[in-house]
Amino acid sequence: MRQSLWRGYCVTFRLFSNHRVYGCSLQPVGQNYWITALPTLLIWTTLFVLTDKMASMLMNSLRCCPPVNPAWAVQYATRSLSTSVQLHAQVQTKSKKTLAKPGVKNIVLVEGVRTPFLLSGTTYADLMPHDLARAALQGLLHKTSLPKDAVDYIIYGTVIQEVKTSNVAREASLGAGFSDKIPSHTVTMACISSNVAMTTGVGLITAGQCDTIVAGGVEFMSDVPIRHSRKMRKTMLALNRAKTLGQRLSLIGSIRMAHLTPELPAVAEFSTAETMGHSADRLAAAFGVTRLEQDEFALRSHTLAKQAQDAGLLSDVISFKVPGRDTVAKDNGIRPSSMEQLAKLKPAFIKPHGTVTAANSSFLTDGASAVLIMSEEKALAMGYKPKAYLRDFVFVSQDPKDQLLLGPAYGTPKVLARAGLTMDDIDVFEFHEAFAGQIMANLKALDSDWFAQTYMGRKVKVGAPAMEKFNLWGGSLSLGHPFGATGCRLVTTVAHRLLKEGGQYGLVAACAAGGQVTHYTNTSSYFNVMDRKVILPVCVSGPCDGDRSIPPVEQDSGRTEMMQEKTVYAYTQSGVTPTLSDCTY
Amino acid sequence: MFLQVNTLSVRMQNEIIEVFNEVLANDAVQSAVLISSKPGCFIAGADINMIQACNTSEEVTKLSQEGQKMFERIEKSPKPIVAAINGSCLGGGLEFAIACQYRVATKSKKTVLGTPEVMLGLLPGAGGTQRLPKMVGIPGAFDMMLTGRNIKADKAKKMGLVHQLVDPLGPGLKSPEERTIEYLEEVAIQCARGIVHKKILLTKKKGMMQKVQDYVMGIAFVRQQIYKNVNGKVMKMSKGLYPAPLKIIESVKAGLEQGPDSGYLAEAQNFGKLAMTSESNALIGLYHGQVACKKNRFGVPERPVKNLAILGAGLMGAGIAQVTVDKGIHTVLKDTTVEGLSRGQQQVYKGLNDKIKKKAITSFERDSTLSSLTGQLDYSGFEKADMVIEAVFEDINIKHRVIKEVEAVIPPHCIFATNTSALPIKDIAAASMRPEKVIGMHYFSPVDKMQLLEIITTDKTSKDTTASAVAVGLKQGKVIIVVGDGPGFYTTRCLAPMLAEAVRVLQEGVNPKKLDALTTGFGFPVGAATLADEVGIDVAAHVAEDLGKAFGSRFGGGNVDVLKTMVERGFKGRKSGKGCYVYTPGLKSKDVNPDIDDLLEKFKLTPNPSVSSDSDVQYRLVSRFVNEAVMCLQEGILNGPVEGDIGAVFGLGFPPCLGGPFRFVDTFGADKLVAKMRRYEEVYGNHFTPCQLLLDHAKDSNKRFHK
Repeated sequence: MRQSLWRGYCVTFRLFSNHRVYGCSLQPVGQNYWITALPTLLIWTTLFVLTDKMASMLMNSLRCCPPVNPAWAVQYATRSLSTSVQLHAQVQTKSKKTLAKPGVKNIVLVEGVRTPFLLSGTTYADLMPHDLARAALQGLLHKTSLPKDAVDYIIYGTVIQEVKTSNVAREASLGAGFSDKIPSHTVTMACISSNVAMTTGVGLITAGQCDTIVAGGVEFMSDVPIRHSRKMRKTMLALNRAKTLGQRLSLIGSIRMAHLTPELPAVAEFSTAETMGHSADRLAAAFGVTRLEQDEFALRSHTLAKQAQDAGLLSDVISFKVPGRDTVAKDNGIRPSSMEQLAKLKPAFIKPHGTVTAANSSFLTDGASAVLIMSEEKALAMGYKPKAYLRDFVFVSQDPKDQLLLGPAYGTPKVLARAGLTMDDIDVFEFHEAFAGQIMANLKALDSDWFAQTYMGRKVKVGAPAMEKFNLWGGSLSLGHPFGATGCRLVTTVAHRLLKEGGQYGLVAACAAGGQVTHYTNTSSYFNVMDRKVILPVCVSGPCDGDRSIPPVEQDSGRTEMMQEKTVYAYTQSGVTPTLSDCTY
Repeated sequence: MFLQVNTLSVRMQNEIIEVFNEVLANDAVQSAVLISSKPGCFIAGADINMIQACNTSEEVTKLSQEGQKMFERIEKSPKPIVAAINGSCLGGGLEFAIACQYRVATKSKKTVLGTPEVMLGLLPGAGGTQRLPKMVGIPGAFDMMLTGRNIKADKAKKMGLVHQLVDPLGPGLKSPEERTIEYLEEVAIQCARGIVHKKILLTKKKGMMQKVQDYVMGIAFVRQQIYKNVNGKVMKMSKGLYPAPLKIIESVKAGLEQGPDSGYLAEAQNFGKLAMTSESNALIGLYHGQVACKKNRFGVPERPVKNLAILGAGLMGAGIAQVTVDKGIHTVLKDTTVEGLSRGQQQVYKGLNDKIKKKAITSFERDSTLSSLTGQLDYSGFEKADMVIEAVFEDINIKHRVIKEVEAVIPPHCIFATNTSALPIKDIAAASMRPEKVIGMHYFSPVDKMQLLEIITTDKTSKDTTASAVAVGLKQGKVIIVVGDGPGFYTTRCLAPMLAEAVRVLQEGVNPKKLDALTTGFGFPVGAATLADEVGIDVAAHVAEDLGKAFGSRFGGGNVDVLKTMVERGFKGRKSGKGCYVYTPGLKSKDVNPDIDDLLEKFKLTPNPSVSSDSDVQYRLVSRFVNEAVMCLQEGILNGPVEGDIGAVFGLGFPPCLGGPFRFVDTFGADKLVAKMRRYEEVYGNHFTPCQLLLDHAKDSNKRFHK
């Protein structure tokens, strides 16, 4: 293959000075790829030591024996564990033991669910957006046994709004049987709409307004509003106001063929008139991301999603009986294919030399998600065993033309700095995959000192996330990307992965890229550092919250054992660099 | 020497031939990519100096033939050559590119393709007249070569001038410019390989439309009609004063009708002939002058102007706002009435909105541009202004009041610029507390279309103030001349005697249409009568009176009362719907104002037949203009003849084919001009007395304004 690429040599000459003749030096394209792929695969010599058991010991000592110096407890615990794993390189501890801030309420994620994400135009085709949202809400109610009046506020995110249900949060919550006394509103911020819903909830809890929030997101691409042309609308509105038959007739008479052409939802960014895929292709080119890298990442996403689905790891998916159709229980967009098949596809946006194809982009998806967020006190008082703390978040925005999809590169260092953590501290990364090229570009940006210095005003790069911690259960490319609902999926997945893999800190990043058809301006990104600790048996003395006295939460000892001393993929600096798809997770 | 742009020079030609030979000789090489390492420039054209260094048309013909030969070799190269274009690809650069087998261009705003030779009085002399008609069709090729306009990348793709477009990239692991060039190179290499591997076919399948078009163009009769049609249009536009367009048509015709050999020969010979014409010399002179007037010879100002306030939202004020606000300068537009202000704001909005229709900007860009425009009725925020430009009514008392009001609110560093067409700046500055910060900025109407800005300094104006005003003007995209203070400065002062003469000509019974025909026939883009209407009869009357007072009888000629009576009767020119002509909104054609005949009858003068031939009328008008220009140089109002020529051509429409009044004197001969003026002087007196400097040049034929 290399030879065939180089059968034809090429000479480039530059005008005037330094004409460069190359091609004669025979640098194979294949080799090129290896070189460019290198920066994305970090070499790690890190071991994980902070396991659930250790954490529980720590917490135990903290909670039960207040006089004991916590620092000592940490040292002790660390040392005792590190000796047992001495064979694995050196031990690294977290920069911080907890992200709890004095005087700030702890906010927890109690549960997260989502409907299966389906390719638009499939089983959900005849529904309406609020039907999907309702299904997610009912699933959450069912899973948590939450009393229907126990919620203080409901917030939903969505991007393409159904005109009839513009406050989809309200319609869905009423339909799901929540008390009609619970206020609800809908937010929008392109692909990070449900992230906004969650952070709005976090804000309400922090401000002391609420204790229990349901946040979620919904997107329904099987049906989008298509409008009459502006001229037609104008005539129709005037017709409404017309008083006499004569006026009406003259208005009807003024309608021309051209008025009947409908206005399709714009496929372009309003501010730049550029489609998202086009922008992603340019971004990939700007960072020198090759087609091969993108296809490999897409394949990885689908392969990992399939594995996670088969292993039953996607436990946030609820089954949903679609009226008049079958019960849906699985995402239907996961299609692991082969590199050969992926290579056959033609570029979808920039023709003929572009690199973004239908296969390495996220697809149009229908789906809804919902999470239950509470103050820790309240959750414990109600007898819940929360899954994770929601610790910090950052929104950033940049140039909508050339850096439309580059939010994660800007936001990640910022949120880490806020939390006082380093890249190494994070155990679980979940980045929204709008396009494979966009993910690779962001990873390259994070790993470039030049980019950090030139565009972020930083002295050094923070580095790219380790791929063995990155989107291990698939991502938007394979699971699907219902614009408004993806944020909650990411957060729930991080919590579930932390539980499963035994990590402590997780990080979510999403560029507000609308996929292929959104027409919203997308310049912001959302980040969330999550901090999960096992919730320990806490003796709640006396009534905790109103009339509900809650029994102590039991520790799930079995699970803790399961997660003991989990070593995470140590790459040695032996010089062998696996390609993305080679990595075994 | 590091050049900012690539030009086709002898040195570069040799270099190209050298590399090209290497490409052909090396068996390992199967294709090649031609790319410039300079951001924003592929090849900006042939080196003008190379052409100007030639003394005979034969030499130039030879140059052209060498170019033709080189490009022919490229065209016939067995190994495909791909031109990767980023930035300007003009003239010889475009001819080079179209000789290549394949063209890839970046879709950047800087990427423009075109054949601007006609604007220099030349033709595309390296195969352009022969290759373009085949590539973009006969009408398209004529359009490109006869207008010389720049074609943007996406248009070029549609026309078939380039095969593939590459999007400019944003920030990545390298600077956007650097990476974009790299990306272009990568794509071009892909194309080169594709051609070698026959994945990209160079002969495209023709569509139905194309087939029909080719068939139609294949009919000799149709082609003859096209030549005739184009020739007619050119004659109508150029009045036969510009030889280049005709030679272009001739060369294209030779190639299409008599075969490529005669075509290339005609092209080279015509190129040689054109290079020796005075028209080409004049146009090249203007080109150099324009480049010179786009530089700030006063250095970098101490503080860049970031906040600019404009007083008066009239046609001028709003026009200035329009050319300022889209350059990243925060602009305040102040007027005294809500009506005046909204009219001005609407003008700015409309100007930007029209650009959307031309697809030059997006509606989003319009909105974000307009966010830096503040309309207001008071002086709030003036404490932040770095420069104030006043464009209020031309009345010294109003100007004095304004300057006092403004100086009370602006910070100490703020510059006060006054936009006036005739009032001496020192008179206006008399009311100022800090005359070193006062300067004149004379814009021309319509501000967004007229390229010239005349900056007027007094003896008290500081150098930094001048530097700052020039910097702002350059940002606004203006060609700038900096002149000394005096009644009418340079431009208005030159125009006034010509208009006075025009009025006399009208009084002598020449109909306005005839007057217009005489002036446009001499090469002025706008006839004298139409010009008066455009400027405004009231303004003309005002200026004539003011300058008449300042310069005395020398500025006489026509009776100022003609203009005054016209104003009294409401004939103020285009703005009032009637002037020398009647203007009907929506109608392009205009008729002579029927009332003007009676009016002129009242002021009728008997023409002297010895100086009233058509040619004499033309020279009466022009000689007064030229004499006044030379006098401005003599008095030190002008810095040099270059600025004089640029000011006259870009501000007043002096015939570009003559290159400006100073070049006109050089070409026409000062002695001949003086002889003519002496003849007119006998009849009309001191209106035609040549100035000393002109007399000096007449005496010594070695004396020239332009070397």
